[in-house]
Amino acid sequence: MLGGRCLSSSRDRFLGVFGSGCWRTLADCPCLTSPAYLENHLSWTVQIKRWVSYRMTFAYLNKMKSYRMITLDASWRTDWRGMRYPVTRLYSTSQTTVDSNEVKTFRTLAHRWWDEQGTYAPLHSMNDLRVPFIRDNLLKTVTDHQPGKPLSGMKILDVGCGGGLLTEPLGRLGASVIGIDPVDENIKTAQHHKSFDPVLAKRIEYRACSLEEIVEETIETFDAIVASEVVEHVLDLETFIQCCCRVLKPGGSLFITTINKTQLSYALGIVFAEQIAGLVPKGTHTWEKFVSPEKLESILESNGLSVLTVAGMLYNPFSGYWHWSENTSLNYAAHAVKSKAEEPPAPTEFFLNRETERLQANDSANPGAHEELKK
Amino acid sequence: RPSQTSAMAARVAVSRWGAGPAAGRRGPLVPCRWWSGAPADTVYDVVVSGGGLVGAAMACALGYDIHFCDKKILLLEAGPKKVLEKLPETYSNRVSSISPGSATLLSSFGAWDHICNMRHRAFRRMQVWDACSEALIMFDKDNLDDMGYIVENDVIMHALTKQLEAVSDRVTVLYRSRAVGYTWPYPFHMADSSPWVQITLGDGSTLQTKLLIGADGHNSGVRQAAGIQNISWNYDQSAVVATLHLSEATENNVAWQRFLPSGPIALLPLSDTLSSLVWSTSHEHAAELVSMGEEQFVDAINSAFWSDANHTDFVDSVGTMLQHAVALLKPTKVSARQLPPSVARVDAKSRVLFPLGLGHAAEYVRPRVALIGDAAHRVHPLAGQGVNMGFGDISSLVHYLSTAAFNGKDLGCMSHLTGYETDRQRHNTALLAATDLLKRLYSTSAIPLVLLRTWGLQATNAVSPLKEQIMAFASK
Repeated sequence: MLGGRCLSSSRDRFLGVFGSGCWRTLADCPCLTSPAYLENHLSWTVQIKRWVSYRMTFAYLNKMKSYRMITLDASWRTDWRGMRYPVTRLYSTSQTTVDSNEVKTFRTLAHRWWDEQGTYAPLHSMNDLRVPFIRDNLLKTVTDHQPGKPLSGMKILDVGCGGGLLTEPLGRLGASVIGIDPVDENIKTAQHHKSFDPVLAKRIEYRACSLEEIVEETIETFDAIVASEVVEHVLDLETFIQCCCRVLKPGGSLFITTINKTQLSYALGIVFAEQIAGLVPKGTHTWEKFVSPEKLESILESNGLSVLTVAGMLYNPFSGYWHWSENTSLNYAAHAVKSKAEEPPAPTEFFLNRETERLQANDSANPGAHEELKK
Repeated sequence: RPSQTSAMAARVAVSRWGAGPAAGRRGPLVPCRWWSGAPADTVYDVVVSGGGLVGAAMACALGYDIHFCDKKILLLEAGPKKVLEKLPETYSNRVSSISPGSATLLSSFGAWDHICNMRHRAFRRMQVWDACSEALIMFDKDNLDDMGYIVENDVIMHALTKQLEAVSDRVTVLYRSRAVGYTWPYPFHMADSSPWVQITLGDGSTLQTKLLIGADGHNSGVRQAAGIQNISWNYDQSAVVATLHLSEATENNVAWQRFLPSGPIALLPLSDTLSSLVWSTSHEHAAELVSMGEEQFVDAINSAFWSDANHTDFVDSVGTMLQHAVALLKPTKVSARQLPPSVARVDAKSRVLFPLGLGHAAEYVRPRVALIGDAAHRVHPLAGQGVNMGFGDISSLVHYLSTAAFNGKDLGCMSHLTGYETDRQRHNTALLAATDLLKRLYSTSAIPLVLLRTWGLQATNAVSPLKEQIMAFASK
């Protein structure tokens, strides 16, 4: 009677952490599609793979944000926005053509986006951190707001929206949101999910496309861009940031959440996953794709975006909740603002001395100390 | 293929009527109605089923919450709208003891001001004593602050109705509307199934909502339809309520309760000359009390409070010894037993009886469903906590829903609903268990138990921090 619910769900998570991925049948496996960013020309390829479900190990692996990986072929490691599972050499030689059976399986599995206790449970619970982060930082830029619809009047772009997990809360808070994702199935799932809510149906628009495809038509239209769990899947971060900058209004905000490239994320993601799950062969994680806050900041600064906040996030796989942390060595969130033409950005609460130094000296080499968002 | 069968199941239109099945431990497993794709009517954000004290207060609290500004809230009440033109001279016989925490909740949406403008009575002290021994316990706050308030239920209801009318752009109230059926959504999306809860009303119309709050009393239709297990039993007692006139006007700011072997009798102050009676006793005795003549009734009450017929010499002497022992260990000012004011007559037609029982829902929440008030828990009136537990549920649930709304979350999402459930189950289970234990402990005149409870009561009375803890817990 008392606490029974909590116990069983944390027990599931606990088992999930230490369980073997082989428990699930193949039929349960998510079919994965993935965008592939080419170096100079961005194009999307949909690939579907069948894996033994890594759901059991996922809960812990997600701690260092290891994602289910879709191997297209040996040279490209492309990740599908959302979950990435470790790949064994065995699977990396599997076929890469689209199989209609797998499309069907994937369609069933596309529903897992919205299964809050399912595969994407950590992404659902991450909303408890990223929505207030986005909301509070955007509210600082306005003088007054409507209670009940704090973000009304804002236009937001959600890049790599997946099933719309982050798009919908932003829509509920009153913003007009456009969610883009290169994967058709994700967009279909997202469209379907929002169609039942008359309020969201009006405020949110989904498009299956890439960022570059909409750059020309949406120059300087967005008050904010959200790229959550996306930049670690991008091959060319520089181009991505440039596109973001182009579609942002001057003074607009860019919100990024991603994984750091550290020894800790390497050790936990590779060593632990290999020893416990036994499913990750050495060298399969694209740890190279992880982005450190310093590198991210330098790219942002060099494209005319000034970084206001960097804050660490930590996932507790046993409770299933995320927490803000001063430690950015695993996951972190960043908030950057596009400078208004020629002028330094308006001073905000988080405006540090180093900002003025950077603007004067244009020094992007060493970002120095991080600002922490105390939660 | 599992996916295909479940998709087919989704196409079977079944709705639950009346008593629900013993569904799985979690999650109503009733398949959803096929969503015909008809244009979505208004999808309410919250529907509160049941317009009693707790249901109306819930709707009010949400209506006045700042993060619910643009949300649509609906309150369903089976009865007619009760309009109170003028406060009647005679007091109603159904009264509630409102704790300071509940008063804070009521004032957060302006209902407490209406209550103060009508009538209520603050009490500053509470004396609880045994019929079988001299043991007693006296509760009061250090500076004689108000410990609680005795308010008629009609007065509270009128205050809530007024506040609901003031916020009618956000909260719609449907009177004479009874929900007869509920259709539950699947835990997560299957193709073409509506994700909302569908409610069918008695007149055939249907509503959809993102969150259904069941506040429909201890025989909750929402709870039964959701298939939530309810642990309940009936007590072998009924409560007799009446409005009494005191022999002489007194300050009347003390609440009295005496534990008779047949059950506790309580006198709650209403005004300088009036008090409310709540006497829990066996079914036969209760029926007798309600039907006997007025004078006999008054005599029964006075002797219940004053008579020492149940005292035995043995227990008295042991009690005195225990008292000395306690005084040695912890010298405190021994409060002498005071006697409540004597009763002169009873209001005609104010004697009513109702049966008592205990109930507790195994789960307070399901996806898109939450239970509050008597739908979730039913308690013996001996501790005066029934409606306060309901108001506590409201405070907690509104807090969680408000935060969720400000975070743009889907209101029916389990993550914050389970937060509410954990929060309140901890508090309510403890209180329910304690009340049940007290009821059983004091239902007997067997010597060993009498000695045990005498010593317990004296010890608790001597230990001030313990008393303060008890008061703090009960005042939330």
